[in-house]
Amino acid sequence: MERIPILRMGKFLLVTIQIDLYDRLATNLEADLVQMVNKTGARGVLIDISALSIVDSFMGRILGNIGSMSKIMDAETVVVGMQPAVAITLIELGLELKGVHTALNVEKGMELLKTRIDAEDEEIIEEEDEAGTE
Amino acid sequence: MKTDIAKLLQKKKKQLLESWMTKQLSDAMLREDLMSNEELREQSNEFLDELLKAVATNHVEDINAPAYEQVKEVLSGISISRAKQGFSPRETGIYVFSLKEAIQQVLKEEISDDIQLLYQTTLSFNKLLDSLGVVTFETYIKGREEVIMRQTDEITEISTPVIQVWEGILALPIIGTLDSARTQVVMENLLQEIVETGSTIAILDISGVPAVDSLVAQHLIKTVAATRLMGAECIISGIRPEIAQTVVHLGIDLSNIVTKSSLASALKYAFGMLKLEVKKNHKEKTTE
Repeated sequence: MERIPILRMGKFLLVTIQIDLYDRLATNLEADLVQMVNKTGARGVLIDISALSIVDSFMGRILGNIGSMSKIMDAETVVVGMQPAVAITLIELGLELKGVHTALNVEKGMELLKTRIDAEDEEIIEEEDEAGTE
Repeated sequence: MKTDIAKLLQKKKKQLLESWMTKQLSDAMLREDLMSNEELREQSNEFLDELLKAVATNHVEDINAPAYEQVKEVLSGISISRAKQGFSPRETGIYVFSLKEAIQQVLKEEISDDIQLLYQTTLSFNKLLDSLGVVTFETYIKGREEVIMRQTDEITEISTPVIQVWEGILALPIIGTLDSARTQVVMENLLQEIVETGSTIAILDISGVPAVDSLVAQHLIKTVAATRLMGAECIISGIRPEIAQTVVHLGIDLSNIVTKSSLASALKYAFGMLKLEVKKNHKEKTTE
């Protein structure tokens, strides 16, 4: 059974999709990813779809699902490297991937994740500080 | 009977061509700037050759007979090239119809003794040349449409330039009406350029769009959503007061899109997003 590898990189999970996804593979990825987020306590998920050239409504929904699922498990999702044709297809299908962040490439995606996680952490620290001083 | 006439016309071909040429040349609207007389003669000669050949096969009235394939081909070639050269419909029409007159004249001279035959032949030649006139027109229009199509393509190509105004900032001035086909081209060009330059901000300037209706607005929203999916931010600039009015009156929600009134303010906003600053240089004053 083919599987898409999920790599762990510090607080983040890294998924690069190098082959065209078929439905079964996509649902497996969704399940695996949620499991991994739970197991590792990851704070961010980065999905690189730069090699993905064909996308359908199902794939679009899976991407959106991964985003929403990670969100409620306290992890941000960034989809990076989307091909222009894929972006146009998703828009024509009416899928705007709300709740998923996007970035041009892995580098920018990582930066985005870091700033978002840092911002969140700072908020928590500030709140803790406030609680401590009271 | 018909073959006799074909033979007769073949024999009188030179006279026919001369009379046809005189008729064409005597037209006050002759376009010598577009085609020289020699060229016209050569073209007319070729067409007449083919026509007489086809007439000789005994199908004077049936334009769909296989014998006329060649005639139609030559005629189509002539009228398409005329359309491209800029001849007017009238001039192209007269080209064929003046031949009718020439043929009638020859027939009148040659078979004036047999009124019945003259009438019959004139009628069938009239019919034939009318059909040829229709063919001419059809292909002329087709030729013109090809020209228009090519120009439309060129305009679409030219009218969607994607400009890199700064490292990481693209600008796309849209001039003219946005329809679905054009939005598609605009979107593709913009997204492609975003990938190539690695830009994170795209400014869509719509100050050159004459009117924004709900369809155009939908196209704009689509383009913005697509750029967001690519991981870039899209700003719409150049919203004129009239556009703002129509957008609000139509109830189009642009609230989750960054909109600016001018390209300058959009650029300023983009600089802010990239944490860039534009400063006036005071140094020059001190060195003077």
